[in-house]
Amino acid sequence: MASNNKNLSTLLNPLSKDNPVIVQILGICSCLAVTAKLEPAFVMGISVIAVLAFSNVIISLLRNTIPTNIRIIVQLVVVAGLVVIVNQLLMAYQYDVSKQLSVFIGLIVTNCILMGRLEAFAMGNKPWPSFLDGIGNGIGYAIILVIVAFFRELLGSGTLWGFQIVPDSFYAHGYVNNGLMILPPMALIVVACIIWVHRSYNKDLQE
Amino acid sequence: MNKQSNTYTIIYIIVLVVVVGAGLAFTALSLKPLQTANADADKMKQILASVHIAPDKADIITDFNKYITDRFIINDKGERVDGNAFNVNTANESKLPLDARKMPVYECTLAQGDVKYILPVYGAGLWGPIWGYVAVDSDGSTIYGAYFAHQGETPGLGAEIEKPAFSDQFNGLHLFKGGEFHPVNVLKAGQAPLHGEDAVDAISGGTITSKGVASMIDNCLTGYKAFLESLSSKQN
Repeated sequence: MASNNKNLSTLLNPLSKDNPVIVQILGICSCLAVTAKLEPAFVMGISVIAVLAFSNVIISLLRNTIPTNIRIIVQLVVVAGLVVIVNQLLMAYQYDVSKQLSVFIGLIVTNCILMGRLEAFAMGNKPWPSFLDGIGNGIGYAIILVIVAFFRELLGSGTLWGFQIVPDSFYAHGYVNNGLMILPPMALIVVACIIWVHRSYNKDLQE
Repeated sequence: MNKQSNTYTIIYIIVLVVVVGAGLAFTALSLKPLQTANADADKMKQILASVHIAPDKADIITDFNKYITDRFIINDKGERVDGNAFNVNTANESKLPLDARKMPVYECTLAQGDVKYILPVYGAGLWGPIWGYVAVDSDGSTIYGAYFAHQGETPGLGAEIEKPAFSDQFNGLHLFKGGEFHPVNVLKAGQAPLHGEDAVDAISGGTITSKGVASMIDNCLTGYKAFLESLSSKQN
């Protein structure tokens, strides 16, 4: 029972109290890059969940055999291998999205969340908790990406998932899409707003 | 066994790299046919976009074969050379001197029987490559439609070149002015064209991308000059 509770908190903590993006402030770079539209943000989130979960499991299985002085290299090889596989799969089955995400799938390799979780969790825990930790952190990252992309696409392009949301009559009355929302700096401001809201609900996170 | 010894470390990393390498090679090889098919279908979609045809995903190949009635490669004198036009890499060709280029032409017959010639263009934007397709009427001068795409131009600025709002400006413009070949330019509103050539409005905030489009059109279409001249003389 105790271990079940622990697994559950491993899975759920990264969603809010220990969120990689808004509490640990990791993986911000890709958050700026892929969140101008909802669809690429969603696919990016799914890709990170998959890579994070599987690399966590693989590193956790290997954890007792990895020589300590090359452990970062081993982690990097595993992550890079998985990222290339995800990229190849996207190119084969989701060509349009892979074109939009272009280099950012490849840049998952350098996402700090991955190295952080591998080093901090998978190196010292069994495969199952590591898997849950990967899924939890991946979802925690994906949620923020989707929320940011929701606001940026709605206010910047007047669409959601490519479908027009803001009615034509608004435009006829002089409503204009906010072009600034599409530019990367606004992603930072949206993330900052999310952090603000999040911290005002979670008093214990306030410094 | 000493897990910190050099021998163990070296053997460990070799085994790991071989296993991961084999895995990657297997995925790449087994997914290759699907990826090539996707890339080809995407190219066909872009070519058709220049003549204002937007087929559904499932119909791309049928529509391409229906509308594109001929394709061939020409050199800078307008003579046909052998080869498969679809496999020509415009990215590489556009960097060669004019007389060494192999330039593909797609002949498109629309539903009404009008014949358009689709010419690929390729150049550099601000962050990466930009490319496109320009469809020319059978008089060799009037532009019927244009399609542009980019790899990583700034969203909201340079990336606007892929929107119809930009590419539709080319419709009806002329490549020949008073008998002289002057490809369409991309200029700031109010700026006078240097040689009286037709011009479209550049994108505010996307100066380098706009200039990239202008020089891409100039560089790539100049190679087709002889071919376009032969089209217009055939008409007269």
